[in-house]
Amino acid sequence: MSASLPNTMPGLPAAPLVPEPWQVAARREETADTFTLTLQPTGEAEPMRFQPGQFNMLYAFGTGESAISISGDPSEGSSGLIHTVRRVGYVTSALARLSPGDMVGVRGPFGSAWPMEDARGRDLIFMAGGIGLAPLRPAIYHALNHRADYGRIIILTGARTPEDALYLAEQETWREQDGVEGHLTVDRAETPWTHNVGVVTTLVPKACFDPANAVAMICGPEIMMRYSAMELRKSGLTDNRIYVTMERNMKCAVAFCGHCQLGPEFICKDGPVYRFDRIRFWFSQREF
Amino acid sequence: MKLPQSALLERASFDTLLDALRRRGFKVVGPVIQDEAIVYDTVTASADLPVGWTDEQDGGHYRLKRRKDEALFGYAVGPHSWKKYLHPANLKLWDATRDAGAALRFEEGDTEKPPKLAFLGVRSCELRAIAIQDKVFMGSAFTDEHYRKRRERIFTIAVNCGTAGGTCFCVSMKTGPKVTGDVAFDLALTELLEESGHYFLITAGSEAGAEILKELPTRPATPEDLATADAVVDRTAQNMGREMPAEGLPKVLLENLEHPRWDDVAERCLSCANCTMACPTCFCTTVEDTTDLTGDHAERWRRWDSCFTLDFTYMHGGSVQQSARSRYRQWMTHKLATWHEQFGSSGCVGCGRCITWCPVGIDLTEEAAAICTVENSNTATNISEPASRDPSP
Repeated sequence: MSASLPNTMPGLPAAPLVPEPWQVAARREETADTFTLTLQPTGEAEPMRFQPGQFNMLYAFGTGESAISISGDPSEGSSGLIHTVRRVGYVTSALARLSPGDMVGVRGPFGSAWPMEDARGRDLIFMAGGIGLAPLRPAIYHALNHRADYGRIIILTGARTPEDALYLAEQETWREQDGVEGHLTVDRAETPWTHNVGVVTTLVPKACFDPANAVAMICGPEIMMRYSAMELRKSGLTDNRIYVTMERNMKCAVAFCGHCQLGPEFICKDGPVYRFDRIRFWFSQREF
Repeated sequence: MKLPQSALLERASFDTLLDALRRRGFKVVGPVIQDEAIVYDTVTASADLPVGWTDEQDGGHYRLKRRKDEALFGYAVGPHSWKKYLHPANLKLWDATRDAGAALRFEEGDTEKPPKLAFLGVRSCELRAIAIQDKVFMGSAFTDEHYRKRRERIFTIAVNCGTAGGTCFCVSMKTGPKVTGDVAFDLALTELLEESGHYFLITAGSEAGAEILKELPTRPATPEDLATADAVVDRTAQNMGREMPAEGLPKVLLENLEHPRWDDVAERCLSCANCTMACPTCFCTTVEDTTDLTGDHAERWRRWDSCFTLDFTYMHGGSVQQSARSRYRQWMTHKLATWHEQFGSSGCVGCGRCITWCPVGIDLTEEAAAICTVENSNTATNISEPASRDPSP
């Protein structure tokens, strides 16, 4: 369905199936199973321009490729191409073994973006579950870089335990900024924890926003996104102001391989970011 | 351009068509008999075609049989489709080399210029299938260059069907059996086996086709000849083996995603993927990454894949479509319903391959009809009773 919002693919890669070599410039441990790679182009290659919400296909030499959302600052002149990756399979485990100086293959950027343009003038609600904060971070950066364009900024994040919470220090710097309200929660805390305990949806009533003039962007497991959307609806947000980002198996990222289909959607091309009312039907179908 | 131009070509002169194609540098591929089936491969002379053969097709059943005549195209479609030439089952996407300094280089893997192929004997349903894959690979933001460079070098000689296969249902899909002007072809043949002789009505569908037609030793076609040719196709249309429920099928399917028939078909479906391999529009692929023994050279190959495999929807934590039920449902709702939203037409052309080549004879038309007739009926008791699989004629 080409009608999906928002805009897709600003600069189409010329040979979209062949990766470009990039070099690992920095590597940072985030949590026990999550790490962040900063990549630099090699040779004459230009830095990558992307929109918040888009993803790349990262290739670990000799192992394979994974679709990974870009989690760095989208503004021009920002340094390096940043991906935060959770180690869950053999490709991401191979990526986890990389250190500065190593090379990876990169194809992209692909897919649709968070609605930063349509959200201008409105309150922004970011809701993240676990590593779901990584694909949202470029949108948060964009909002903070263009502070005057938006109303209140609400950042609601959840994790399984305090040890699993992503970008903790950075979240604190966001919260310290004027007009930014942040709440954190974990499912369970066995270590000292000054924030909330409970599912991320319980944070919605704590937040102060104008439901008639707000846009929500949600990233997390499908069940978390579904309940988050329900909770936001209770607060007065309509489904056409709620955006989610979807995930499926991807081989090609350009709608040729068929793997990422969800009903009529090619998640790689029409998504991954969807306005909730356009994907809601397929959200509730089991095994699609 | 004045199209169509028609003329008659005697059977005895048929090879002049192959000669004309070869003179233009085309390699002719078309139906030949291999392993007791009619498949597509190199054709050097009309004698290579399945002369005097026909096929008997039914759910999970395919046999070659002798005809009483020497027809060149007296059969329906077999297990192959033209996608094997346009969208190869195996294709090297790229080579990667890791140098001593750990630098990584990628090189395009599919660099050869594809051969100029003349497809001989393309049925109306198959022209539609090619047009559908054109949309998949060349109709969106990205163009698959591997497909495009093969596609643009093809010359198509279509054939109006003179025989309906037992699993054919092109009439109900509005995709045949007559080759019509709204889908691209270069030449179209109708085989005429009359008391007056064995000959072909040839119609040009493109400038390139018209040019070749001029070179052939033809004689003018009379209005009677055109009527005779139409009668051949009309007879085929009246003998369709199957029928697909026509009205509102996409909507009915999407409104019945929890229909008990999905459980029923899952009991029979082996998840073998034969239907998707034989289907002329199924386009899904996966990739395989390999390295050589030095560990410094890697390749990525793209090969046909199927939504019937468990791996197809694998993500961290498992596959989205775990049950055979969900995978059959994915295939059928994609083919017959969501395809409309993606590409503006059904993904099915009514060729019947998925029925014939299903090892347990699952019939797409029967499954669709079952969901249409007992719509939303969770209380129906006899829906697991499969309807008769006898072909209708």
